Amino acid sequence: MTGKVMSAILLKNARIIDPSRDMDLTGDLLIQEGEIAEVGPGLEGPEHALVVDLNNKWVVPGLIDMHVHLREPGQEYKETIETGTRAAAAGGFTKVACMPNTSPPNDNEGITRFILDRARKAGNCQVLPVAAVTMGQKGQGLTEFFDLLNAGAVAFSDDGVPVRKASVMRLALEYALNFDALIISHAEEPELSAQGCMNEGLTSTRLGLKGIPNAAEDVAVFRDCCLAELTGARLHIAHVSTKGAVEIIRRAKARGVKVTAETAPHYFSLTEEAVEGYNTFAKMNPPLRTEEDRRAIIEGLRDGTIDAIATDHAPHESLSKECEFALAANGIIGLETALPLALKVLVREEGFSPLEIARLMSQNPASILKVEGGSLEKGKSADLTVIDPDLTFTLERDSLFSKSFNSPFLGQSFRGKAILTIMEGQVTFDLNGLLKEG
Amino acid sequence: MTKLKSRHILGISHLDREEISFILDTAESLKEILDRPIKKVPPLRGKTIVNLFFEPSTRTKLSFELAAKRLSADTVGISASTSSVVKGETLIDTARNIEAMRPDIIVMRHSMSGAPHLLARYIDSAIINAGDGTNEHPSQALLDLMSVKEHFGRIEGLNITIIGDIAHSRVAHSDILAFSKMGAKVTVCGPATMMPPGIETLGCHALYDLRQAVRDADVVMALRIQKERQGMALFPSEREYARVFGLDTSIFSVIKESCVIMHPGPINRGVEMSPEVADSSRAIILDQVTNGVAVRMALFTLLLTDSREE
Ligand SMILES: [Zn+2]
Repeated sequence: MTGKVMSAILLKNARIIDPSRDMDLTGDLLIQEGEIAEVGPGLEGPEHALVVDLNNKWVVPGLIDMHVHLREPGQEYKETIETGTRAAAAGGFTKVACMPNTSPPNDNEGITRFILDRARKAGNCQVLPVAAVTMGQKGQGLTEFFDLLNAGAVAFSDDGVPVRKASVMRLALEYALNFDALIISHAEEPELSAQGCMNEGLTSTRLGLKGIPNAAEDVAVFRDCCLAELTGARLHIAHVSTKGAVEIIRRAKARGVKVTAETAPHYFSLTEEAVEGYNTFAKMNPPLRTEEDRRAIIEGLRDGTIDAIATDHAPHESLSKECEFALAANGIIGLETALPLALKVLVREEGFSPLEIARLMSQNPASILKVEGGSLEKGKSADLTVIDPDLTFTLERDSLFSKSFNSPFLGQSFRGKAILTIMEGQVTFDLNGLLKEG
Repeated sequence: MTKLKSRHILGISHLDREEISFILDTAESLKEILDRPIKKVPPLRGKTIVNLFFEPSTRTKLSFELAAKRLSADTVGISASTSSVVKGETLIDTARNIEAMRPDIIVMRHSMSGAPHLLARYIDSAIINAGDGTNEHPSQALLDLMSVKEHFGRIEGLNITIIGDIAHSRVAHSDILAFSKMGAKVTVCGPATMMPPGIETLGCHALYDLRQAVRDADVVMALRIQKERQGMALFPSEREYARVFGLDTSIFSVIKESCVIMHPGPINRGVEMSPEVADSSRAIILDQVTNGVAVRMALFTLLLTDSREE
């Protein structure tokens, strides 16, 4: 029944997890006319309502991924907005923010509108375009922030590449003040990361590969935190991977700098050792770091230094991964593994509560991007995800919705995933046909 | 041991001590062929060995080629300039095309670390890594082991000191692994800008003072030095390098009487080593070259042992 608006859906006996009200209790949830009509115990829906007994499965606000690469326009052989948003829905996401490093880059309102139009037509997941900070992502002149915001951009970033010059980053942050716009920083000092293709450390020495030191990320995070402090603008640090960056952000937050941060599931799940054997599916930028960094990332998520989990979903066709390690493209797909990894590592191994996961994967991204979401309160748009925390499955290449399969987690077994995704009252993913009428 | 566990020779890191000893013993027994008046024996007749070189090399290629000829194998050389790699064909395509011609062994040199490992996943022929990027050069380390063993009668317990660009040298990488696996104590020494992080995890210890590093050495190996790496000079000048890390005759008053000098060649005379040192009686550099052929003959023989018994 994917795509069809149901006039009324009553989810019975659910574990309702609503971070906006700090609520985690068993009850029912009624969806009517695309909105959350009622939440509470013992609800009776209208006669025509479709009733599903969830048997204590979790209901969380629709997940929001604030960092994906959908590759359209320009690299449709890697992913399209249609396939990428289908993967998003299957991963439990109702909103994704897509980075501007398409071809051509999203640096003007025409491309922003094109992306929104494609996403609306696909109808799988709401897409929130992140526009480029500089024209052509070349690190020089600023894009037209006002125009892009009017067209529907939610933030600005040159992600894929860093804003190389401190003076340009300062200018962008200052100009963003006019609109209270968010600048997302891909924090990397290219002078230190040049030619590196994995973390600099024991594994790079063992494999004879040129490394990227933690310092390449740390100095860039520090620079941008200083510039956010100088300007008073809102800064978000993308894909934090180092212990040092966590500490720098923690201190900046303590000083009152308006900085937020995200990390990706692979940084709390894997270390540089995954590269062993020249595994190009473990190549990304920033690179997988050490166990010490992984621990620091988890602690950063726990104490709120890192506000959000974002996938950095980076699909690549097989040719750009089946090659010499140094030549292989950076990045892995992540939309369909983010929630399973959060459940595996953060909930089961690290003792995070489901409420914390809902905060990291829905409420906080919504508030950073200033979009609706992250709440199951009555009257809100019916964006929600049903999670079966005990469903076991093995990640297979053929079962992926993404057009690409560049994942280091292929063949691994997981416990827990999204089984039903509803966006604005529409069913966008229904694994078991729960809402199949008749 | 009657055959190698590994199907390929990708690196010393993939070989255990027993396999290394087996290769060295085989090389020693084959070396005698090189001193015969007719330097050719028939065991690999009808076998085809492809030398696939994506990086220029004179010595290593020649050594592999001679080793193959001594054993009566047919050899084909493909170098980067004549191969289709320049036309945008991927490494895997190239390899599959070569594979279609049914070679028995592909000897491969490539400028990128892990390239032979990639190939090994896609093709059936045995692969010998003749140097991959800054990763490994296993046949060089094996010939170094053989030369040291020949000179001292053992490897276990010896002090080996390697001097130069440790971070970017595949020879250093393979030698550190090889000598430490065989029970020698390995010390590395060079500019800190050329010392990789966590070098100790490979099984050696690092010193920055040349004299201290060579004092107890039984073997001093100087590496070929290259000032620029990826467009950046890693030390101020060759003059300064020679003064801090170069081996000149003054080293003879520091090292032990029995210490030998090695170099994987070709030598930058006057930079990492003065001509007087290179040509001195302490140097066993030419033995290394001869043993290179013997070691490569051993690798070919052992990798093709299986099919010969069929
Ligand atoms: Zn990025």
